[in-house]
Amino acid sequence: MKYWVAYKTIVYKEVSRFVRIWPQTILPPAVTMTLYFVIFGNLIGSRIGEMGGFTYMQYIAPGIIMMSVITNSYSNVVSSFYSSKFQKHLEEMLVAPVPNWVILAGYITGGVSRGLMVGAVVTCVALFFTRLHLHSVMITILTVLLTSILFSLGGLINGAFAKSFDDISIVPVFILTPLTYLGGVFYSIDLLPDFWRQLSLFNPVLYMVNAFRYGILGESDIGIITAYIVIITFIIVLVWTAMWVLNKGAGIKN
Amino acid sequence: MKALEISNLRKIYKNGFEALKGIDLSVNEGDFFALLGPNGAGKSTTIGIISSLVNKTEGTVKVFGVDIDQEIETAKSFIGLVPQEINFSQFETPEQIVVNQGGYYGIERSQAKQRAEKYLKQLGLWDKRHDASRTLSGGMKRRLMIARALIHQPRLLILDEPTAGVDIELRRSMWDFLREINSQGITIILTTHYLEEAESLCRNIAIIDHGEIIQNSSMKSLLAQLHVETFILDLVSPITENPVIEGFTIKQLDSTTLEVDIEKQHSINDLFSRLTDQGIQVISMRNKSNRLEELFLRLLEKE
Repeated sequence: MKYWVAYKTIVYKEVSRFVRIWPQTILPPAVTMTLYFVIFGNLIGSRIGEMGGFTYMQYIAPGIIMMSVITNSYSNVVSSFYSSKFQKHLEEMLVAPVPNWVILAGYITGGVSRGLMVGAVVTCVALFFTRLHLHSVMITILTVLLTSILFSLGGLINGAFAKSFDDISIVPVFILTPLTYLGGVFYSIDLLPDFWRQLSLFNPVLYMVNAFRYGILGESDIGIITAYIVIITFIIVLVWTAMWVLNKGAGIKN
Repeated sequence: MKALEISNLRKIYKNGFEALKGIDLSVNEGDFFALLGPNGAGKSTTIGIISSLVNKTEGTVKVFGVDIDQEIETAKSFIGLVPQEINFSQFETPEQIVVNQGGYYGIERSQAKQRAEKYLKQLGLWDKRHDASRTLSGGMKRRLMIARALIHQPRLLILDEPTAGVDIELRRSMWDFLREINSQGITIILTTHYLEEAESLCRNIAIIDHGEIIQNSSMKSLLAQLHVETFILDLVSPITENPVIEGFTIKQLDSTTLEVDIEKQHSINDLFSRLTDQGIQVISMRNKSNRLEELFLRLLEKE
């Protein structure tokens, strides 16, 4: 029961943080994704024609929604965890009898909440530009949830090891953004030459984007089971790493 | 019962610096205990290890008999920590900070709010409860950290320089508050650079230097070790020559001020009568420095 109270407190604190600064957390992705829809979907997309049996706008919409979920889940946890560490108020939790798994669950729930909230906002934006029907509600929700969890975990690990604010932007800029852009958000990997197609299969974001696209459009470059195996494997590895970081106090304690 | 038992505690940082060299320390339940030492002596490292913010290299720490290696959560629930540095979110309000801290200890929000009201009122912060904490003065921030540390009603309160940078009036009111909660049964461990604070509040004392405990006794027996006290005497009229009185070391600071070392076996009355014999009248006198401060410096010099 007391762990449940501690968990609720961390979630409350995390959610109020990003809601309080909504012009920095919720609004920018909505504006950016609107530009994606206008430029890639409307202006360029009309010249590309159909992809996988759908209009280009319909084809890229799930990828763009997923891109915003990935970016926001990650950046919520990395910035919150790092600034708690930097301002030392992470110590409030560390001195309290809160088990590390509760701290982890609290931060992840915070990241997932922002990811889902931004995802919902971007979905509303997408509906201004195109019609989306849900092929499978369960697959859509499960994929977005698991992806959000995965990137929230990544954010926490990055936040724990970061020594400066520069360190928390290195991973999003040099790893996350390239992987997302090359993860089939804007194209089907079937369009790529064989070498690049094979190389793309090493990109975990590809599996998430395609699983989500399957949930919405019923169209995917990757088998849905394979996608879930990849996502869940990554989650297991990251949960183990995050727990090791918290238990050891790596990057957190002296 | 011992509120705190530390045995052979060592801490070697990654850069090879040995902050603690196997210290032993125990604090009785209900005590008001001073842990003193110069900067970098190992006080904050010791406190960090007790409160799980620093990983120890070796040794054992027990809080009310509970080993932090065996039952860390139980041990943590006994401790309230007021750290040296301000460590709350500057964007949250005092009420949010205290209530959230209660939440981490498993206290339901409604109950935490009641307790927050009690402590924020006692510490004079209730009117500021909805202000962003970054707008609070330094003294208010320190008091907020005390309120936060008390929200789960700890049995052991650790205060790491709680009055640093706080004006004298506020410091005195904080002393009264700490005396009151100590009288209610809360064991307090205090580190401070204001030695008159430690002398005024604490019953027992440990002095740590270079990672070792160099003194651990009751305040009374420690102060009894002071064989010589130095007083400053202000004279009624100026003198031209430094008076010489057997058994006293007298130094003339200026024409109307003398500094006198008085050994324990000599009385002040004796000094006054001998000065009067020489036609010197004293208008006022004061200690050159705090007694504990003098002892502290002597102990560190010895080391």
